[in-house]
Amino acid sequence: MKKIGSQTIQLENKVYILSSASIVGPKESEGPLAKHFDLCLDDEFWGEKTWEKAESKIIKECVNMVVAKSGLASQDIDLCFAGDLLNQCISSCFGLRSLNIPFIGVFGACSTFIEAISLGSVFIAGNAAKNVVCATSSHFCSAEKQFRYPLELGNQRPPTAQWTVTGSGSVVLSTSCDNSPYVTYVTPGKIVDMGIKDANNMGAAMAMSAVDTIITHFKDTGRTPDFYDLILTGDLGYIGKEIVIENCKKEGYDLSNNYNDCGVLIFDKDKQDTHSGGSGCACIATVFSGYIYKLLKEKEIKKVLLVATGALTNATTSAQGESIPGIAHAISVEFE
Amino acid sequence: MENKITPQEYEEYVEKKSPNSPILKNCFNAFWVGGLICTIGQFILEYCKYINLDTQISYTVVSVVLIFLSAFLTALNIFNKIGKFAGAGSLVPITGFANSIVSPAMEYKSEGYVLGVGAKMFTVAGPVLVYGISTSVIVGIIYSFF
Repeated sequence: MKKIGSQTIQLENKVYILSSASIVGPKESEGPLAKHFDLCLDDEFWGEKTWEKAESKIIKECVNMVVAKSGLASQDIDLCFAGDLLNQCISSCFGLRSLNIPFIGVFGACSTFIEAISLGSVFIAGNAAKNVVCATSSHFCSAEKQFRYPLELGNQRPPTAQWTVTGSGSVVLSTSCDNSPYVTYVTPGKIVDMGIKDANNMGAAMAMSAVDTIITHFKDTGRTPDFYDLILTGDLGYIGKEIVIENCKKEGYDLSNNYNDCGVLIFDKDKQDTHSGGSGCACIATVFSGYIYKLLKEKEIKKVLLVATGALTNATTSAQGESIPGIAHAISVEFE
Repeated sequence: MENKITPQEYEEYVEKKSPNSPILKNCFNAFWVGGLICTIGQFILEYCKYINLDTQISYTVVSVVLIFLSAFLTALNIFNKIGKFAGAGSLVPITGFANSIVSPAMEYKSEGYVLGVGAKMFTVAGPVLVYGISTSVIVGIIYSFF
Protein backbone atom coordinates (compact mmCIF):
# COMPACT_ATOMS: atom_id res chain seq x y z
CA MET A 1 0.00 0.00 0.00
CA LYS A 2 1.38 3.40 -0.94
CA LYS A 3 0.27 6.92 -1.55
CA ILE A 4 0.44 8.07 -5.14
CA GLY A 5 -0.13 11.54 -6.51
CA SER A 6 -1.77 14.11 -4.30
CA GLN A 7 -4.38 12.05 -2.46
CA THR A 8 -4.75 8.52 -3.79
CA ILE A 9 -3.80 5.27 -2.08
CA GLN A 10 -2.74 2.35 -4.22
CA LEU A 11 -3.52 -1.03 -2.70
CA GLU A 12 -0.72 -3.26 -3.97
CA ASN A 13 -2.14 -6.28 -2.18
CA LYS A 14 -5.62 -6.69 -3.51
CA VAL A 15 -8.52 -6.30 -1.13
CA TYR A 16 -11.29 -8.63 -2.27
CA ILE A 17 -14.98 -7.93 -1.97
CA LEU A 18 -16.07 -11.38 -0.89
CA SER A 19 -19.81 -10.84 -0.78
CA SER A 20 -22.47 -8.17 -0.89
CA ALA A 21 -26.03 -7.87 0.38
CA SER A 22 -28.84 -5.39 -0.08
CA ILE A 23 -32.25 -4.76 1.45
CA VAL A 24 -34.60 -2.11 0.09
CA GLY A 25 -37.93 -0.55 1.01
CA PRO A 26 -41.26 -0.59 -0.84
CA LYS A 27 -40.60 2.29 -3.25
CA GLU A 28 -37.22 0.92 -4.35
CA SER A 29 -38.94 -2.45 -4.79
CA GLU A 30 -41.07 -0.85 -7.51
CA GLY A 31 -38.05 0.73 -9.18
CA PRO A 32 -36.13 -0.45 -12.24
CA LEU A 33 -33.45 -2.28 -10.19
CA ALA A 34 -35.89 -4.19 -7.94
CA LYS A 35 -35.01 -7.65 -9.25
CA HIS A 36 -31.36 -7.26 -8.29
CA PHE A 37 -31.84 -6.64 -4.57
CA ASP A 38 -31.61 -9.51 -2.10
CA LEU A 39 -34.66 -8.53 -0.09
CA CYS A 40 -37.49 -6.17 -1.00
CA LEU A 41 -39.66 -5.00 1.89
CA ASP A 42 -43.34 -4.22 1.40
CA ASP A 43 -43.68 -2.31 4.67
CA GLU A 44 -41.65 0.74 5.68
CA PHE A 45 -41.94 -0.21 9.35
CA TRP A 46 -40.90 -3.85 8.78
CA GLY A 47 -42.96 -4.80 11.82
CA GLU A 48 -41.28 -2.22 14.08
CA LYS A 49 -42.94 0.64 15.93
CA THR A 50 -40.76 3.55 14.79
CA TRP A 51 -38.91 4.53 11.61
CA GLU A 52 -35.65 4.54 13.56
CA LYS A 53 -36.16 0.97 14.77
CA ALA A 54 -37.09 -0.09 11.26
CA GLU A 55 -33.87 1.39 9.85
CA SER A 56 -31.82 -0.30 12.58
CA LYS A 57 -33.43 -3.61 11.75
CA ILE A 58 -32.71 -3.14 8.04
CA ILE A 59 -28.97 -2.57 8.57
CA LYS A 60 -28.76 -5.39 11.12
CA GLU A 61 -30.39 -7.92 8.83
CA CYS A 62 -28.30 -6.68 5.91
CA VAL A 63 -25.07 -7.23 7.84
CA ASN A 64 -26.22 -10.68 8.97
CA MET A 65 -27.03 -11.50 5.36
CA VAL A 66 -23.67 -10.38 3.96
CA VAL A 67 -21.72 -12.30 6.62
CA ALA A 68 -23.77 -15.42 5.89
CA LYS A 69 -23.18 -15.01 2.14
CA SER A 70 -19.42 -14.62 2.65
CA GLY A 71 -19.19 -18.08 4.14
CA LEU A 72 -17.18 -16.72 7.07
CA ALA A 73 -18.12 -17.23 10.69
CA SER A 74 -18.88 -13.96 12.45
CA GLN A 75 -15.89 -14.46 14.77
CA ASP A 76 -13.66 -14.41 11.67
CA ILE A 77 -14.71 -10.83 10.96
CA ASP A 78 -12.19 -8.50 12.59
CA LEU A 79 -13.94 -5.19 12.22
CA CYS A 80 -17.17 -3.55 11.21
CA PHE A 81 -17.28 -0.06 9.64
CA ALA A 82 -20.76 1.36 9.46
CA GLY A 83 -22.68 4.61 9.51
CA ASP A 84 -25.91 6.29 8.50
CA LEU A 85 -27.66 9.65 8.36
CA LEU A 86 -29.49 9.85 11.66
CA ASN A 87 -28.08 11.95 14.51
CA GLN A 88 -25.10 10.25 16.15
CA CYS A 89 -25.46 7.42 13.61
CA ILE A 90 -28.02 5.66 15.80
CA SER A 91 -29.33 3.34 13.09
CA SER A 92 -26.01 1.56 12.73
CA CYS A 93 -25.05 1.77 16.44
CA PHE A 94 -28.40 0.44 17.63
CA GLY A 95 -28.83 -2.00 14.78
CA LEU A 96 -25.38 -3.50 15.21
CA ARG A 97 -25.09 -3.45 19.01
CA SER A 98 -25.66 -7.20 19.21
CA LEU A 99 -23.19 -7.92 16.41
CA ASN A 100 -20.31 -8.72 18.76
CA ILE A 101 -17.70 -7.54 16.25
CA PRO A 102 -15.37 -4.58 16.96
CA PHE A 103 -17.24 -1.59 15.58
CA ILE A 104 -16.00 1.64 14.06
CA GLY A 105 -18.74 4.16 13.36
CA VAL A 106 -18.14 6.39 10.34
CA PHE A 107 -19.94 9.44 9.04
CA GLY A 108 -19.63 11.03 5.64
CA ALA A 109 -23.32 11.74 5.04
CA CYS A 110 -24.29 9.92 1.84
CA SER A 111 -20.63 9.19 1.05
CA THR A 112 -20.42 6.89 4.08
CA PHE A 113 -20.55 3.61 2.14
CA ILE A 114 -17.42 4.28 0.12
CA GLU A 115 -15.80 5.94 3.14
CA ALA A 116 -16.37 2.70 5.08
CA ILE A 117 -15.00 0.54 2.24
CA SER A 118 -11.99 2.87 1.90
CA LEU A 119 -11.16 2.53 5.59
CA GLY A 120 -11.81 -1.20 5.58
CA SER A 121 -9.59 -1.68 2.53
CA VAL A 122 -6.74 0.31 4.06
CA PHE A 123 -7.03 -1.64 7.33
CA ILE A 124 -6.80 -4.90 5.38
CA ALA A 125 -3.98 -3.71 3.11
CA GLY A 126 -2.09 -2.58 6.21
CA ASN A 127 -2.49 -6.03 7.79
CA ALA A 128 -4.55 -4.58 10.63
CA ALA A 129 -7.45 -6.86 9.73
CA LYS A 130 -8.17 -9.93 7.59
CA ASN A 131 -11.89 -9.67 7.11
CA VAL A 132 -13.99 -6.56 7.45
CA VAL A 133 -17.68 -5.85 7.04
CA CYS A 134 -18.83 -2.43 5.78
CA ALA A 135 -22.44 -1.28 5.81
CA THR A 136 -24.66 1.79 5.61
CA SER A 137 -28.37 2.46 5.72
CA SER A 138 -30.89 5.22 5.21
CA HIS A 139 -34.66 5.42 5.49
CA PHE A 140 -36.93 7.85 3.69
CA CYS A 141 -39.25 8.36 6.65
CA SER A 142 -36.59 8.80 9.36
CA ALA A 143 -34.61 11.14 7.09
CA GLU A 144 -37.66 13.27 6.27
CA LYS A 145 -38.43 13.48 9.97
CA GLN A 146 -34.93 14.60 10.87
CA PHE A 147 -34.10 16.85 7.93
CA ARG A 148 -37.42 18.11 6.59
CA TYR A 149 -41.10 18.00 7.53
CA PRO A 150 -43.51 15.45 8.98
CA LEU A 151 -44.58 12.92 6.36
CA GLU A 152 -48.27 13.76 6.59
CA LEU A 153 -47.72 17.48 6.03
CA GLY A 154 -49.41 18.50 2.80
CA ASN A 155 -46.59 20.42 1.12
CA GLN A 156 -44.97 20.33 -2.30
CA ARG A 157 -41.43 19.30 -3.22
CA PRO A 158 -39.55 21.33 -5.81
CA PRO A 159 -38.33 19.56 -8.98
CA THR A 160 -34.74 19.70 -7.68
CA ALA A 161 -35.56 17.68 -4.54
CA GLN A 162 -34.38 14.09 -4.20
CA TRP A 163 -35.92 11.05 -2.60
CA THR A 164 -34.01 9.33 0.24
CA VAL A 165 -33.57 5.64 -0.48
CA THR A 166 -34.91 3.26 2.16
CA GLY A 167 -32.57 0.33 2.54
CA SER A 168 -29.14 -0.91 3.42
CA GLY A 169 -26.17 -2.24 1.52
CA SER A 170 -23.19 -4.12 2.87
CA VAL A 171 -20.03 -5.86 1.75
CA VAL A 172 -17.43 -8.17 3.29
CA LEU A 173 -13.83 -7.26 2.42
CA SER A 174 -11.15 -9.88 2.76
CA THR A 175 -7.52 -10.71 2.09
CA SER A 176 -8.39 -14.14 0.79
CA CYS A 177 -9.55 -14.64 -2.75
CA ASP A 178 -12.70 -16.41 -3.69
CA ASN A 179 -12.88 -15.36 -7.32
CA SER A 180 -14.14 -11.94 -6.37
CA PRO A 181 -13.81 -8.33 -7.49
CA TYR A 182 -11.17 -6.33 -5.66
CA VAL A 183 -10.41 -2.76 -4.63
CA THR A 184 -7.28 -1.33 -6.25
CA TYR A 185 -7.26 2.40 -5.51
CA VAL A 186 -8.79 4.60 -2.86
CA THR A 187 -9.11 8.35 -3.43
CA PRO A 188 -10.47 10.11 -0.34
CA GLY A 189 -12.06 13.42 -1.28
CA LYS A 190 -11.70 16.97 -0.06
CA ILE A 191 -14.58 19.02 1.29
CA VAL A 192 -15.78 21.32 -1.48
CA ASP A 193 -18.27 24.09 -0.66
CA MET A 194 -19.66 25.95 -3.63
CA GLY A 195 -21.96 28.08 -1.51
CA ILE A 196 -25.23 26.33 -2.37
CA LYS A 197 -27.74 26.89 0.44
CA ASP A 198 -30.79 25.21 -1.01
CA ALA A 199 -31.38 22.01 0.97
CA ASN A 200 -33.72 20.97 -1.82
CA ASN A 201 -30.87 20.90 -4.31
CA MET A 202 -28.34 18.54 -2.77
CA GLY A 203 -27.19 17.26 -6.15
CA ALA A 204 -25.89 20.70 -7.10
CA ALA A 205 -24.32 21.16 -3.66
CA MET A 206 -22.34 17.90 -3.97
CA ALA A 207 -21.58 17.76 -7.69
CA MET A 208 -18.39 19.82 -7.64
CA SER A 209 -16.87 17.68 -4.89
CA ALA A 210 -17.44 14.68 -7.16
CA VAL A 211 -15.80 16.55 -10.04
CA ASP A 212 -12.83 17.33 -7.80
CA THR A 213 -12.41 13.73 -6.62
CA ILE A 214 -12.89 12.19 -10.08
CA ILE A 215 -10.33 14.49 -11.72
CA THR A 216 -7.88 14.03 -8.85
CA HIS A 217 -8.25 10.27 -9.18
CA PHE A 218 -7.42 10.42 -12.89
CA LYS A 219 -4.45 12.70 -12.33
CA ASP A 220 -3.07 10.61 -9.45
CA THR A 221 -3.44 7.25 -11.18
CA GLY A 222 -2.67 8.42 -14.71
CA ARG A 223 -5.88 6.78 -15.85
CA THR A 224 -8.42 8.29 -18.21
CA PRO A 225 -12.24 7.97 -18.16
CA ASP A 226 -12.23 5.32 -20.88
CA PHE A 227 -10.13 3.02 -18.65
CA TYR A 228 -13.33 2.31 -16.73
CA ASP A 229 -16.35 0.42 -17.99
CA LEU A 230 -18.45 2.41 -15.58
CA ILE A 231 -17.98 5.53 -13.49
CA LEU A 232 -20.72 5.75 -10.92
CA THR A 233 -21.51 8.56 -8.49
CA GLY A 234 -23.62 8.05 -5.39
CA ASP A 235 -26.64 10.31 -5.29
CA LEU A 236 -26.23 13.41 -7.41
CA GLY A 237 -29.49 12.86 -9.24
CA TYR A 238 -30.29 14.28 -12.67
CA ILE A 239 -29.07 17.82 -12.02
CA GLY A 240 -25.84 16.80 -10.31
CA LYS A 241 -25.11 14.26 -13.02
CA GLU A 242 -25.31 16.92 -15.69
CA ILE A 243 -23.08 19.25 -13.69
CA VAL A 244 -20.45 16.50 -13.31
CA ILE A 245 -20.42 15.70 -17.03
CA GLU A 246 -20.13 19.36 -18.05
CA ASN A 247 -17.48 20.32 -15.52
CA CYS A 248 -15.32 17.24 -16.12
CA LYS A 249 -15.50 17.99 -19.83
CA LYS A 250 -14.29 21.53 -19.15
CA GLU A 251 -11.20 20.01 -17.53
CA GLY A 252 -10.66 17.71 -20.48
CA TYR A 253 -12.25 14.51 -19.15
CA ASP A 254 -15.12 13.19 -21.22
CA LEU A 255 -17.44 11.10 -19.05
CA SER A 256 -20.44 11.15 -21.35
CA ASN A 257 -20.07 7.53 -22.51
CA ASN A 258 -19.60 5.55 -19.33
CA TYR A 259 -20.83 7.69 -16.46
CA ASN A 260 -24.01 7.32 -14.45
CA ASP A 261 -25.43 8.09 -11.03
CA CYS A 262 -27.08 5.69 -8.58
CA GLY A 263 -29.77 8.27 -7.77
CA VAL A 264 -30.72 8.25 -11.45
CA LEU A 265 -30.64 4.44 -11.71
CA ILE A 266 -32.63 3.41 -8.65
CA PHE A 267 -35.97 5.09 -9.43
CA ASP A 268 -38.09 5.64 -12.50
CA LYS A 269 -38.36 9.43 -12.36
CA ASP A 270 -41.59 9.67 -14.33
CA LYS A 271 -43.51 6.75 -12.89
CA GLN A 272 -42.34 7.13 -9.29
CA ASP A 273 -42.49 10.91 -8.90
CA THR A 274 -39.02 11.08 -7.38
CA HIS A 275 -38.11 14.41 -8.98
CA SER A 276 -34.30 14.68 -9.31
CA GLY A 277 -33.65 11.06 -8.27
CA GLY A 278 -32.64 9.03 -5.24
CA SER A 279 -30.35 10.04 -2.40
CA GLY A 280 -29.17 8.83 1.00
CA CYS A 281 -26.46 6.54 2.33
CA ALA A 282 -28.34 3.54 1.01
CA CYS A 283 -28.45 4.85 -2.55
CA ILE A 284 -24.97 3.81 -3.70
CA ALA A 285 -24.87 1.07 -1.04
CA THR A 286 -27.87 -0.79 -2.41
CA VAL A 287 -27.13 -0.09 -6.08
CA PHE A 288 -23.54 -1.35 -5.71
CA SER A 289 -24.33 -4.29 -3.42
CA GLY A 290 -27.41 -5.34 -5.35
CA TYR A 291 -26.65 -4.50 -8.95
CA ILE A 292 -23.07 -3.46 -9.75
CA TYR A 293 -21.44 -6.21 -7.70
CA LYS A 294 -23.39 -8.81 -9.68
CA LEU A 295 -22.37 -7.19 -12.98
CA LEU A 296 -18.74 -7.45 -11.85
CA LYS A 297 -19.12 -11.05 -10.72
CA GLU A 298 -20.67 -12.01 -14.04
CA LYS A 299 -17.89 -10.08 -15.79
CA GLU A 300 -20.33 -7.92 -17.69
CA ILE A 301 -18.21 -5.02 -16.52
CA LYS A 302 -14.64 -5.29 -15.31
CA LYS A 303 -13.56 -1.91 -14.01
CA VAL A 304 -15.70 0.45 -12.02
CA LEU A 305 -14.93 3.77 -10.37
CA LEU A 306 -17.32 4.29 -7.48
CA VAL A 307 -17.65 7.86 -6.25
CA ALA A 308 -19.96 8.30 -3.26
CA THR A 309 -21.09 11.86 -2.63
CA GLY A 310 -22.20 13.40 0.66
CA ALA A 311 -23.83 16.67 1.69
CA LEU A 312 -22.31 17.57 5.05
CA THR A 313 -25.23 19.47 6.49
CA ASN A 314 -27.92 19.23 9.14
CA ALA A 315 -31.25 20.85 9.90
CA THR A 316 -29.71 23.39 12.28
CA THR A 317 -27.06 24.68 9.86
CA SER A 318 -29.67 24.92 7.11
CA ALA A 319 -31.95 26.97 9.37
CA GLN A 320 -28.98 29.21 10.24
CA GLY A 321 -28.43 29.95 6.58
CA GLU A 322 -25.14 28.08 6.22
CA SER A 323 -24.14 26.70 2.84
CA ILE A 324 -23.89 22.97 2.18
CA PRO A 325 -20.35 21.55 1.95
CA GLY A 326 -20.03 18.51 -0.27
CA ILE A 327 -17.64 15.58 -0.18
CA ALA A 328 -16.90 12.66 -2.50
CA HIS A 329 -14.79 9.56 -1.90
CA ALA A 330 -13.76 7.26 -4.74
CA ILE A 331 -12.62 3.66 -4.98
CA SER A 332 -11.67 1.68 -8.00
CA VAL A 333 -13.10 -1.85 -8.12
CA GLU A 334 -11.81 -4.27 -10.73
CA PHE A 335 -12.20 -7.91 -11.70
CA GLU A 336 -10.08 -9.35 -14.45
CA MET B 1 -8.37 20.97 -9.30
CA GLU B 2 -8.67 24.62 -8.48
CA ASN B 3 -12.07 26.13 -8.09
CA LYS B 4 -12.04 28.41 -11.06
CA ILE B 5 -15.68 29.16 -10.73
CA THR B 6 -16.88 31.52 -7.96
CA PRO B 7 -19.82 30.63 -5.70
CA GLN B 8 -21.90 33.33 -7.36
CA GLU B 9 -21.17 32.06 -10.85
CA TYR B 10 -21.91 28.55 -9.67
CA GLU B 11 -25.24 29.61 -8.18
CA GLU B 12 -26.27 31.21 -11.47
CA TYR B 13 -25.09 28.10 -13.35
CA VAL B 14 -27.08 25.80 -11.03
CA GLU B 15 -30.11 28.05 -11.34
CA LYS B 16 -30.03 27.54 -15.11
CA LYS B 17 -29.62 23.77 -14.70
CA SER B 18 -32.46 23.41 -12.21
CA PRO B 19 -35.93 22.98 -13.64
CA ASN B 20 -38.55 25.39 -12.30
CA SER B 21 -41.72 24.29 -10.57
CA PRO B 22 -44.65 24.13 -13.01
CA ILE B 23 -46.06 27.43 -11.72
CA LEU B 24 -49.05 27.76 -14.06
CA LYS B 25 -50.21 24.22 -13.35
CA ASN B 26 -49.65 24.67 -9.61
CA CYS B 27 -51.58 27.95 -9.59
CA PHE B 28 -54.47 26.42 -11.50
CA ASN B 29 -54.69 23.44 -9.12
CA ALA B 30 -54.38 25.71 -6.08
CA PHE B 31 -57.12 27.94 -7.47
CA TRP B 32 -59.75 25.28 -8.04
CA VAL B 33 -58.99 23.12 -4.98
CA GLY B 34 -58.85 26.19 -2.72
CA GLY B 35 -62.08 27.40 -4.29
CA LEU B 36 -63.66 23.99 -3.77
CA ILE B 37 -62.72 23.95 -0.07
CA CYS B 38 -64.20 27.42 0.37
CA THR B 39 -67.33 26.34 -1.50
CA ILE B 40 -67.71 23.38 0.84
CA GLY B 41 -67.40 25.87 3.72
CA GLN B 42 -70.10 28.02 2.14
CA PHE B 43 -72.39 25.00 1.78
CA ILE B 44 -71.96 24.21 5.47
CA LEU B 45 -72.72 27.83 6.33
CA GLU B 46 -75.84 27.85 4.19
CA TYR B 47 -76.98 24.62 5.80
CA CYS B 48 -76.48 26.14 9.28
CA LYS B 49 -78.58 29.11 8.21
CA TYR B 50 -81.17 26.72 6.80
CA ILE B 51 -81.57 25.01 10.17
CA ASN B 52 -81.81 28.47 11.78
CA LEU B 53 -78.51 28.47 13.69
CA ASP B 54 -77.21 31.75 15.08
CA THR B 55 -74.85 33.46 12.54
CA GLN B 56 -71.87 33.58 14.90
CA ILE B 57 -72.29 29.92 15.81
CA SER B 58 -72.67 29.05 12.12
CA TYR B 59 -69.23 30.50 11.37
CA THR B 60 -67.76 28.45 14.21
CA VAL B 61 -69.46 25.30 12.90
CA VAL B 62 -67.89 25.86 9.46
CA SER B 63 -64.39 26.09 11.00
CA VAL B 64 -64.94 23.10 13.25
CA VAL B 65 -66.18 20.90 10.41
CA LEU B 66 -63.34 21.88 8.06
CA ILE B 67 -60.72 21.39 10.78
CA PHE B 68 -62.18 17.99 11.59
CA LEU B 69 -62.22 16.92 7.95
CA SER B 70 -58.61 18.07 7.46
CA ALA B 71 -57.39 16.30 10.62
CA PHE B 72 -59.31 13.17 9.66
CA LEU B 73 -57.87 13.10 6.14
CA THR B 74 -54.37 13.76 7.55
CA ALA B 75 -54.67 10.71 9.78
CA LEU B 76 -55.77 8.63 6.80
CA ASN B 77 -52.67 9.64 4.79
CA ILE B 78 -54.88 11.45 2.25
CA PHE B 79 -54.38 15.13 3.07
CA ASN B 80 -50.68 15.10 2.18
CA LYS B 81 -51.66 13.91 -1.29
CA ILE B 82 -54.20 16.71 -1.63
CA GLY B 83 -51.54 19.15 -0.38
CA LYS B 84 -48.98 17.86 -2.86
CA PHE B 85 -51.49 18.34 -5.67
CA ALA B 86 -53.04 21.65 -4.60
CA GLY B 87 -50.22 23.42 -2.72
CA ALA B 88 -51.44 26.72 -1.32
CA GLY B 89 -54.99 25.77 -2.36
CA SER B 90 -55.28 23.41 0.59
CA LEU B 91 -52.64 25.14 2.72
CA VAL B 92 -54.12 28.64 2.98
CA PRO B 93 -57.64 27.72 4.16
CA ILE B 94 -58.03 26.53 7.75
CA THR B 95 -57.55 22.97 6.46
CA GLY B 96 -53.82 23.60 6.00
CA PHE B 97 -53.50 24.91 9.53
CA ALA B 98 -55.18 21.81 10.95
CA ASN B 99 -52.90 19.58 8.85
CA SER B 100 -49.79 21.42 10.05
CA ILE B 101 -50.68 20.60 13.67
CA VAL B 102 -51.92 17.04 13.23
CA SER B 103 -49.01 15.90 11.04
CA PRO B 104 -46.18 16.62 13.57
CA ALA B 105 -48.38 15.22 16.34
CA MET B 106 -48.56 11.95 14.39
CA GLU B 107 -44.90 12.01 13.43
CA TYR B 108 -43.60 12.56 16.96
CA LYS B 109 -46.00 10.24 18.75
CA SER B 110 -43.11 7.77 18.90
CA GLU B 111 -41.38 10.09 21.40
CA GLY B 112 -44.34 9.91 23.79
CA TYR B 113 -47.20 12.26 24.65
CA VAL B 114 -45.13 14.86 26.52
CA LEU B 115 -41.78 15.16 24.71
CA GLY B 116 -43.23 14.02 21.40
CA VAL B 117 -46.84 15.04 20.70
CA GLY B 118 -46.95 17.85 23.28
CA ALA B 119 -43.60 19.42 22.55
CA LYS B 120 -43.51 19.00 18.78
CA MET B 121 -47.16 19.54 17.82
CA PHE B 122 -46.60 23.21 16.96
CA THR B 123 -43.24 22.95 15.22
CA VAL B 124 -44.84 23.80 11.88
CA ALA B 125 -47.80 25.92 13.01
CA GLY B 126 -45.91 27.66 15.84
CA PRO B 127 -44.51 30.56 13.76
CA VAL B 128 -47.98 31.23 12.30
CA LEU B 129 -49.44 31.41 15.81
CA VAL B 130 -46.66 33.57 17.24
CA TYR B 131 -46.65 36.13 14.46
CA GLY B 132 -50.40 35.94 13.82
CA ILE B 133 -51.22 36.67 17.46
CA SER B 134 -48.45 39.29 17.76
CA THR B 135 -49.75 41.10 14.69
CA SER B 136 -53.32 41.06 15.94
CA VAL B 137 -52.17 42.52 19.29
CA ILE B 138 -50.32 45.35 17.49
CA VAL B 139 -53.27 46.01 15.19
CA GLY B 140 -55.57 45.96 18.25
CA ILE B 141 -53.46 48.57 20.04
CA ILE B 142 -53.40 50.83 16.98
CA TYR B 143 -57.14 50.36 16.54
CA SER B 144 -57.84 51.35 20.17
CA PHE B 145 -56.08 54.70 19.64
CA PHE B 146 -57.94 55.73 16.49
